[in-house]
Amino acid sequence: VLFFLPFRRLTRRFALLFVGVFALLGCTSDSERRFHSMDITGADYGQGFELPDVEGVTRTLADFRGSVVLVYFGFIQCPDVCPTALHRAVSAKNALGADGERFTVVFITLDPERDRSEVVRAYLGAFDPGFVGLIPDMASLPEVAKAFRVYYRKVPTGDSYTLDHTATSFLYDTQGQLRLAVPHAMDVAGLAADVRVLLQEPH
Amino acid sequence: MKKTFFSLLLVCGVSLPAHAQVAIEDPWVRGTVPQQQATGAFMVLTAKTDARLVAARSPVAGLVELHEMAMENDVMKMRAIPGLSLPAGQAVALKPGGYHIMLMALKETLTADTSVPLTLVFETPQGERFEQAITAPVAPLGAARMEKSGSHSQR
Repeated sequence: VLFFLPFRRLTRRFALLFVGVFALLGCTSDSERRFHSMDITGADYGQGFELPDVEGVTRTLADFRGSVVLVYFGFIQCPDVCPTALHRAVSAKNALGADGERFTVVFITLDPERDRSEVVRAYLGAFDPGFVGLIPDMASLPEVAKAFRVYYRKVPTGDSYTLDHTATSFLYDTQGQLRLAVPHAMDVAGLAADVRVLLQEPH
Repeated sequence: MKKTFFSLLLVCGVSLPAHAQVAIEDPWVRGTVPQQQATGAFMVLTAKTDARLVAARSPVAGLVELHEMAMENDVMKMRAIPGLSLPAGQAVALKPGGYHIMLMALKETLTADTSVPLTLVFETPQGERFEQAITAPVAPLGAARMEKSGSHSQR
């Protein structure tokens, strides 16, 4: 028994050490929450797009390699959430200073019936001429939205209609991997901080 | 002189009709680009006595509705509402993320630094209707429209 005592003491120390290390790991994984937005790294949706822009040129995520890309689905006749989200994006871009050059905003319309090239170009240009507008054709729209798990529904109002839709922005890292879901309620500072972390990741 | 004073008030977006039953503060309309058919008007309403906002109209829009926006699981849902209760003395904000006056079938592009005439139709609890006209400045589409500090929207 006496012989084993120091050893047992040692194991106890090791045990304490392990507890300590795990506690530290625990702390690390807490502070690993370095993103303000929801980390969806490894998600099996939102893997990309292949859609015509306002000039009719087919664009994919690969076109923006080296940039952090924000993808937002919306529609031009939207009085509230779409301009709010786009304004947040342009404010975050400005907050990034020179790094903002490597932050690309992609707007995909959920209303291709009304959102023709000309109006999408003018609308996005009012926020930032660098924003990319993509216009799916009516036939492929359901598939595009489904691929991003984006919900949308036409709601008749007056003799016109509006759209209910997912207001989440998706953030891709510089390698084109989907990383973060940015809720509509996120503020400019949170979005800018998340983009900055993604831009600074080593590759 | 008196006329100048009143038009100045109008420019400031403060309406002072004969009854002045509802104070309309800080109105603004989000600007549009050509071919854009719809946008929103925002303001803070404070009724002197209980009232409801039941309708609005504007010469720039073929159709005007009162809308409520709500987020559910990060899905934006927008609905026309029949009216908006304005309890006496309580500031009710029409602002992004909540209520707005939806201007549809726009007849012209709304450019920044112009203003839009709006007529608001209110109803008393007795069902009596009264109207107040204002002009709401157009805020640039792509620029920040800061909430005025000290606005009554925080109640």
